[in-house]
Parts: sequence; structure tokens; C-alpha cells
Amino acid sequence: MSSPVTTIDAGHGDHGHGHDAGGNTVLGFWIYLMSDCLIFAILFATFGVLASSYAGGPTGKELFDLPYVAGETLILLVSSFTFGVAMLNMAARKTESVISWLLATFLLGTGFIWMEVREFTHLIAEHAGPDRSAFLSAYFTLVGTHGLHVTAGLLWLVTMMHQVARYGLDGIVRRRLACLSLFWHFLDLVWICVFTFVYLRGVL
Amino acid sequence: MVTFKTSAGVLRARRKLAPLALLALGGCRFELFDPQGAIGEQEKSLILIASGLMLLVVIPVIILTLVFAWHYRASNTRANYQPKWHHSTAIELVVWSIPCMIVAFLGVLIWRTSHTLDPYRPLESKATPVRVEVVALDWKWLFIYPDYGVASVNRLAIPAGHPIDFKLTSQSMMNSFFIPELGSQVYAMAGMQTQLHLIADKPGTYRGLSSAFSGPGFSDMHFDTIATDERGFQQWVGQASASPLTLDKGSYATLAKPSEKNPVRIYGRVSPGLFDGIVNQYMAAPNQGATPMKAMAMRHDATASE
Amino acid sequence: MLGKLTLDAVPWHEPIIMGTGAVVALGGLAVLAALTYFRLWGPLWRDWITSVDHKKIGVMYIVLALVMLLRGFADAIMMRLQQAFAANDAAGFLPPHHYDQIFTAHGVIMIFFVATPLILGLMNVIVPLQIGARDVAFPFVNSLSFWLSAFGAVLVMASMWIGDFAATGWVAYPPLSELGYSPTTGVDYYIWSLQISGLGTTLTGINFIVTILRMRAPGMRLMQMPVFTWTALITNILIVAVFPVLTATLALLTADRYLGMHFFTNELGGNAMMYINLIWVWGHPEVYILILPAFGAFSEIVPTFSGKPLFGYKSMVYATSSIGVLSFFVWLHHFFTMGSGANVNAFFGIMTSIISIPTGVKLFNWLFTMFRGRIRYHTSVLWTVGFMVTFAVGGMTGVLLAVPGADFVLHNSLFLVAHFHNVIIGGVVFGCLAGISFWFPKVFGFTLNEFWGKVSFWCWLVGYWLAFTPLYLLGFKGMTRRMNHYDHADWHPYLIVALIGAVIIGMGILSLLIQFYVSIRDREQNRDLTGDPWDARSLEWGTASPAPFYNFAVLPEISSVEQHWADKESGRNLIQPTRYEDIHMPRNTGTGFIISAFGFVLCFAMVWHMWAIAGVSLLGVIGTFLFRAYDRDVDYWVPAAEVEAIENARYALLKKAA
Repeated sequence: MSSPVTTIDAGHGDHGHGHDAGGNTVLGFWIYLMSDCLIFAILFATFGVLASSYAGGPTGKELFDLPYVAGETLILLVSSFTFGVAMLNMAARKTESVISWLLATFLLGTGFIWMEVREFTHLIAEHAGPDRSAFLSAYFTLVGTHGLHVTAGLLWLVTMMHQVARYGLDGIVRRRLACLSLFWHFLDLVWICVFTFVYLRGVL
Repeated sequence: MVTFKTSAGVLRARRKLAPLALLALGGCRFELFDPQGAIGEQEKSLILIASGLMLLVVIPVIILTLVFAWHYRASNTRANYQPKWHHSTAIELVVWSIPCMIVAFLGVLIWRTSHTLDPYRPLESKATPVRVEVVALDWKWLFIYPDYGVASVNRLAIPAGHPIDFKLTSQSMMNSFFIPELGSQVYAMAGMQTQLHLIADKPGTYRGLSSAFSGPGFSDMHFDTIATDERGFQQWVGQASASPLTLDKGSYATLAKPSEKNPVRIYGRVSPGLFDGIVNQYMAAPNQGATPMKAMAMRHDATASE
Repeated sequence: MLGKLTLDAVPWHEPIIMGTGAVVALGGLAVLAALTYFRLWGPLWRDWITSVDHKKIGVMYIVLALVMLLRGFADAIMMRLQQAFAANDAAGFLPPHHYDQIFTAHGVIMIFFVATPLILGLMNVIVPLQIGARDVAFPFVNSLSFWLSAFGAVLVMASMWIGDFAATGWVAYPPLSELGYSPTTGVDYYIWSLQISGLGTTLTGINFIVTILRMRAPGMRLMQMPVFTWTALITNILIVAVFPVLTATLALLTADRYLGMHFFTNELGGNAMMYINLIWVWGHPEVYILILPAFGAFSEIVPTFSGKPLFGYKSMVYATSSIGVLSFFVWLHHFFTMGSGANVNAFFGIMTSIISIPTGVKLFNWLFTMFRGRIRYHTSVLWTVGFMVTFAVGGMTGVLLAVPGADFVLHNSLFLVAHFHNVIIGGVVFGCLAGISFWFPKVFGFTLNEFWGKVSFWCWLVGYWLAFTPLYLLGFKGMTRRMNHYDHADWHPYLIVALIGAVIIGMGILSLLIQFYVSIRDREQNRDLTGDPWDARSLEWGTASPAPFYNFAVLPEISSVEQHWADKESGRNLIQPTRYEDIHMPRNTGTGFIISAFGFVLCFAMVWHMWAIAGVSLLGVIGTFLFRAYDRDVDYWVPAAEVEAIENARYALLKKAA
């Protein structure tokens, strides 16, 4: 019938459609990010509506530890930087450095998640869990959804470190790294909004 | 009485269309086209005018569709056939501008009637309004008369010719309070207070119901609105006051338990502030305050439009 | 381990459900037995379940829709029967808890598992062919999307026999849908089935935007795309813009029900009105998601059978796009009676009536396409004319409902129910059935039986008017929707007429099935040898029927909106290319199916609070996904010689036909 594609690098790189299939992926991923952005927009809007529905429970001012959150923010920002360096190394085709910078990003991301989990468990222990008031429901859901995204990003990072090691920086791996990079910076951007609208506004 | 400017055109349209709609169905009565109050009357005119306006374009479209479909059938070889013709600026202009004009008229109509028929707008009338506090319960209606200290379940007594100022809330489920022959409906929602202003022009019995599905007992959540003359209403209040039943927090809690097909029940005494207590029952702390409905809705517009 | 699931979850004492269950189980066993007997498991797996061919996926979407149509229609008949019996406070044969589930399931199934798959199915089949592409941008994702939708449908069906379905109405307003008032698993089934199928729909949206924007044949500018593709583009943009809203909203309801949160509860600061706003921010664009491709189908059918180009192509494109934009500014008309204030109501009322302008323009454009044409009465043209007449009325009643003052008395009444059935049956269903009868030969290589198609059309048309005119009138009599029983004797005759109408629609559905049966039986007499049975105009008719798996042996160069018509005029369609090249195609994969199957188990486990099973199936989803990420053998080349052999056969046929 037909013969399998033997050269890996041809992969999606040339789809024979007269189109650049790699470009398809990046455009598709952008559109996915827009749809994800809408989910966050809804969560932000919800938080905006419920931001003062404390129902007699604690307020943001009473709960949030701004320096701690600023630390979280710093870690995530640095992780974006390390990812950027990884991408520069990718452009320079330095496989080893890409993996080590991805590893740095992974460690920073893990640190961020660890801090967030600590913050959540602390709040729940203080009887300020998500079931306490509408405000806290909105808070936990917004911040938690971001956290889940970062966790998914970490899983993806591990996969990509392995794929870089296994396949090298071929077309498919580069395309996937480009998407992951978009995803990671997007989450960073969302977090800056979270920090501003949830924590800063809550405390000030 | 409520004032409503009826232009000659409106009257003409009404005279022409209403009997038509009635005749088509063997004279069966359509509650919305036979309203018993000023609000319902205006809404009937509005439906007829808006429909008439749209029929100006809808009927020609339907006729043209059928005529073109028949005339240009393949077997009619005498019909003009222009296989290349697909553009005409003049026709394009017409097909865009006709709907635009109709919608412009409609827009003005919508803007004006949204304000005149706003359920929150008190009715202009010489007669003194009667205040009624409506609580939607699972699955019955409670009517509290704060000015008379009486209350009733599943029966609404009102004096004809007097505007009725309704304040509405719900114990739990969202319901919609609707008396088709009198006009507008409005939602009754837990933790919220909405308003509605209606009037019955003549004495009579008008059916009321919930028009927003609220669970298994929903279909039996209807009541009779008994509109009587002034004297009849005072009599009813007198009889109601004689009822031995008292509606206070305790008996309200019993009443609020879900039940279906409740018979009419009259309370001779109502503890003051009961309605506000029901509205505010979900407010845990003073810092939250009862958010007025309008402010809430406005806030949603801002938030949900991203 | 099994969470809340026990043997008591099966409604043993409900004869209707158990009877249906027995029939479905027997039917299912018969199908399984037949598959085994005829040794079809292998072909089923290889040619369909693992297929990434957009045409096959499209066909599977449409089959899913037709199967679910039978379920949704069974619900409809039960509702009509109940209301025809339950007059004068008689109880009827359905107690409220069962009846309430039926009208909820009817709405959910018809919107999410009939109308949506019909639309997605048509787009899948036609869009790549119309733009001269060999497949969609992400064929694997396309397969995944379909299977997610299909398993969502399975989840809804499962709720019938294991547990119950939501009894809340199809948009599941809180507080009724909150745990305190709906403690059974019904709402959970609702949530998870919409989440899994909604994810599929979002992915389809992304897929088709990229496909349409980047994979058009060389030379095809945006303003040279056929109108169906235009409507598909706008629909998919709407999908990507609003399905995330649905996902988020349902997730918040999930948080309330599973984690004790307070987004929409009465207590502790929750706000149910927020849900109502959010669900309609999704809900109103959703109806345009459904109707636009139907408009697109009509826009292909009318010019083809009128024998002349579409009147006002540009108008059509602008009208479609403006409908897409305007659809975001109308959601509040679903709850004018919430007390939002006159200015807000007036704004949304006016915005809604403005949408009728581009819609009206479309009707005029079809009219003037017929004008000075030579109309051949194929079944799809009957559907179109039936649509134009029916939809004009539905549009009018819709604008009437958009007038806040009128809505104050018509809201939630049977008038509203009649209105949206008017536009969904008269618009979406007629459009999709027209599209199916029009494009069927392109996929299967033979045309559908005309006689049974016409019988089906007349049954649907007459049935629709008979079933829903009484509901319009009952709205004027103040009858509200979702009533289980009533004590108004004068409503009764109308509801009996409505029942008769529903039965006639049922005959329409039956005729449709007969049409498929007869057409398949007589397929040899109705072969389409030319690939262009209707003397049509757009690109999809320029390839063979059935379209080969690679769609086009040589990608066409585009210079006209009606490329195929231009090719026919110049005679280019009969000239065989001298040289073929190897064609690069995606390889079939079962991973989309497997991920969706794990997703189904995950959702089912979440419904019943089986946390361990949910965890394992989530790992299954992730694991399968990772497996796919390491699969590098995802495509293959079709040798030029093979392509040439297929094409030679086709051109031989073409010459014979010519």
C-alpha cells in the first residue's frame, strides 16, 4: 500500500500540504492559550464579583502574607527567565544546556507549587478554607487553577527534558519546546494578574 | 389610573389585529390578549405593534419565497433565467435598509417601553397603592400585607383599581411571579429583593403561577388572585385579621418546609420585619449588607462582558 | 471503592426505563453479535474507530447525532404524551421526578448531542474539501474531539439506567442544581457529560480555525472561500470564544457540589445570578454556533439548484461576521425579568433586535439567488424553502421576545418554547438535513433516495407546524414551560394537537431512516460517477465521489469563489494532470479513542465519587497522552503510482460520463 516515513526529521516538518505544519501547531497553540485565557478571565470576573463576599469570615487583608506571596512571584518570574535562557540555548542547538536550564525552570516551578500548597494548607488549618465564604471559594479556585496549570507545566517539562535527551533538538522537540515556552510565560503573566488583583488589592 | 398614551395608530392596529388573532382560534380566549389591568393592556399593545411592524417584512419575505420558488421552477422554461446575474447594488441597498428601518423603529419602541413598563417603576394613580410582600416557598406562595398585618398562602387578595406594590423574595429556589392577565412577571430569588407593580382594573379572579421551574412541586405552585372592590378588600382584611393563626419565625420555619398542593391559609397576625428577615437570612455578617438588585445586575454586566 | 454507587442506583421499579433498557441491551447485543459474526471488529477498529480521516470522523459525528436524535425524540414524545394526558390535574403517567429528568435530558441531548454533532459532522466532511486541503490541521486532535463528544453522549445515556439525570432544566440554574436541592448524581452526570463533550468541541474549534486560516488551497483568498466555509470559520471562532466560559462555569458549579464552595449557593455569599449570566454568555452565542453553518449549507444549496451564483456573496460574509460579533452582546435577553433595570434591558433588547438585520439580509440574499434562476426541486431545496418560510416566523417571534416589555409576559412561556424550536428545527435541523441530502454522495458515492427524502421533509414541515403552533398560542394563554400537570381544561385541546404534530415529526424521522435504508439498498442504481451529481459550483465537487482519502490528488490552484464552476466552464475539470507526486498523510491512531475512554471512566467515577478509580483513569489519560507524545510514526507517504492508479480510474469514468 504505502511506505512509512523513515526520516524522523521530516515528521510534521513538511506535511506535503504545501503548508508549514509546524506553523499550524504554534497558531493552534496560541488559539488554545486564548481559550485558556478566557477561563482565567471568567475566574477573575467571578473573583471580582465575590471579592467582598466574606460572609462574616476572614478578609484578604487578614489572611494574605504579602512578602511570602512576593517570594512566590519572584520564583515564578525567575523561572520564566530560566526558560528564556533554555530557549536561547535551543536556538544555539546546545542540547546539554537546554536540559540544565529546563531543569532549573522545573526546580523553580516545583518551589512555587510547594509554597502555594503550604499557603493553602495553612489557610485551611486556620478555618479559612474554600468552603468558608464565597470570597474564599473564588480565591482558592482562581489561585488553585493557576497552580494546576503550573503542575501540568511541570509534568510537560519533565517530558520535554527526557525528549530532548532522547531525540535531541529535532523539529518536533523544538516545536514542542516553543509551545511549552509560550505556556510557561502565559502562566507567568496570569500570575502577575493574580498577584495584582487578588493579593495586592486584597491587602491594600 | 395609569396613564398610557395610545396613539390613533396604536388603536387602529389593535382593533385590526386582536380580533384576527382571536378569530383564527375559534374565539378561544387568550389571556394575554384580554388583559385585566393597565400593565397587561400596554403589553398587549406592545406585542401587537411590534408583531405588526415585523410582519411588514416577514409577510413579503414569505410570499416572495413562495412566489420565486414556484415561478423560477426548472419546468417553467418561460421564466427569465440569467445564469450569471448575482449582484445588484440597488437590491443590496434595499435589503439592508429595510430591516435597518424596521429595527430602528423597534429600537425606539424598545427603549421607550422598557422604561414605561419597567417593573420597578411605581404606577401613577390617584388611588393609594397596596403593599404586598411575596415570598416564593417550596412550593407555594406566601403573601404578606405589611400595612394590615395579615398574610395568606396561595391566595392573593387585592383591591381592583389600586396599584399593587410587590416586593418579592424567595426562601430557596428561584421562581418567577406571574399573573398572566395582569401583566409583567419578575423573578423571586433567595437573598434578593425584587419589585413589581401591577394593577387590576376590574374585580375578578385571575390565575397566578410560577413560571420559572423550581423543582418537583413546581406545577402546583399556582394561586388565585381575587380582585374585589375597595369594600370587598377591606372585608377580606377584616376576615383575615380574625384568623387565629400567627405567622412568626417559628410558624414560618414550619411553613417554609417543602410541601406541595397547599390549601389556602390565612394568618391573622404577622410579626413585623418578617419579610426583611427572610431576605436577609443568608447575610452572615453586617459588612456584606443587602446588595440592591439593580446594583448587582449592573455589576454583572461589567464582569461578564469580558 | 465504588463510592456512592450501589445496586439501588438502578431504577428497577421504573417500567419505562427498564423496558427501554431491555430493548437497548438486546439491540446492543444484536449489534455485537453481528459484528462478531461478520468479523467486522477488525475493520471497525482499523477503518473507523482509529480513523483520522476528516470525512469518516464527520460521518461518525452525524451517526452519533442521528442515534441521539432517537433518544431525544423519545423524550419529546413522552413529554407531549404526559401533557396530553395530565389535564385537569390528572397525574399523567410520568411522576414529576421522572418528567423533570426527561425535559432536562431532552434539551441537553438535542443541543449538545444532536445539533452540535450534526454541525461538527457537516463541517468535518465538507470544510477541508471546500478549501482544497488534504485533511484538517490536527487530524489526531480531530479524532480525540469526536471520541470525547461520543463518550459524553454515552455518559448521558448511562445516567438513564445507573442513577438518574439532572431534573433542573437544561441550563441547570442554581440554587436548584446545588447539592442541597439536587442531592442525587443527576446534576453530576449533567456536569461531567457536558465537560467531556465540551472539551471535544473546543478542540474542534481550534482545529478548524487553524485549518481554515492556514490550509486553504494555493491562491484561495479569504474572500474566495465558499460561504459554508465562512460560516464554519465564524462558528469555530465562536466555539473557541465561548466554550471555555461553559467549562469554567460548570467547573465552578462542580466546586460548589464537590468541595462545598459557595459560588452560586444561597449561603455564605454565593450568587446564583452570576451563574445565570455566565451560562448565557456561553448559551446565546451557542445558538449562533448551531445556526451559522446551517445558513452556510443553504448558501451552497440555493445557488447550486438555482443554476446561478449566490446573490451578494460579500453581503453574506459581512452578515455572517456581524452576527458572530453581535452574538456576544445579547445574553441578558434570557432574563429581562430578573430586574436589571430599564436601561440594561433596553440595551440588550436593542442589540438583540439588531441581530435580525444581518439575518434578514441573508434571507433576502437567498431569495434573490432564486430570482431569475432555474430551480431544480431536489429534496435539499425543499428543506431550504421550508426553512425560509418557517425561519422567517421564528425570527419574528425571537425579536418579539427581545422586546423587554413583551418578554415580561412571554418569558418562560410555551411561546418561548415554540420560538426556539421554530429556529432550531426550522433552521438548524432543516439545514443539516438539507446538507446531508446535498453532500451525501460526496462521502458515499451514491445519491439518497428522493421519494423518502421528500416524505421526510413534508412530515417534518407539517409536524413542526402542528406541534408548535399550539405552543405559541398556549403562550398567549399564559401557560408556562416545564409543567408536569395542569388544571386548565382549555389548554388540553392545544396539547393534543401538539402531540399529533410530534407524532408526525416522528414519522419524518422514520422516513429519514427508511431513506437511508432504501438508498443503501439501491446504491448501485444511484452511483455518482462524475463526482458532481448536482452540477454544483464549489471545490468539493471537483474531486471524485466518494472523495478519495487524500481528497485531491493535486492541490488545485484557486482563482474564483466558484472554482469548480470555473473549471467546468473552461473544461479544465476533464483534463487529467500529467504527473502525480507522493502524498503525505497522517496515520490512523487509536490514542484519541483510548484517551476518551479513560476520560469517560474518569467522569463516571467522578459522578459516583469513586476517587481511586478516578485517579487511576486520570493516570490513564496522562499515560496515553505521553505514549502519543513518544510516538514518532504518525504519518506516511502515499506513492505517486498509487495515486495515479486511483486517478486514472476516475478520469476513465469521467470520460465515459462525458
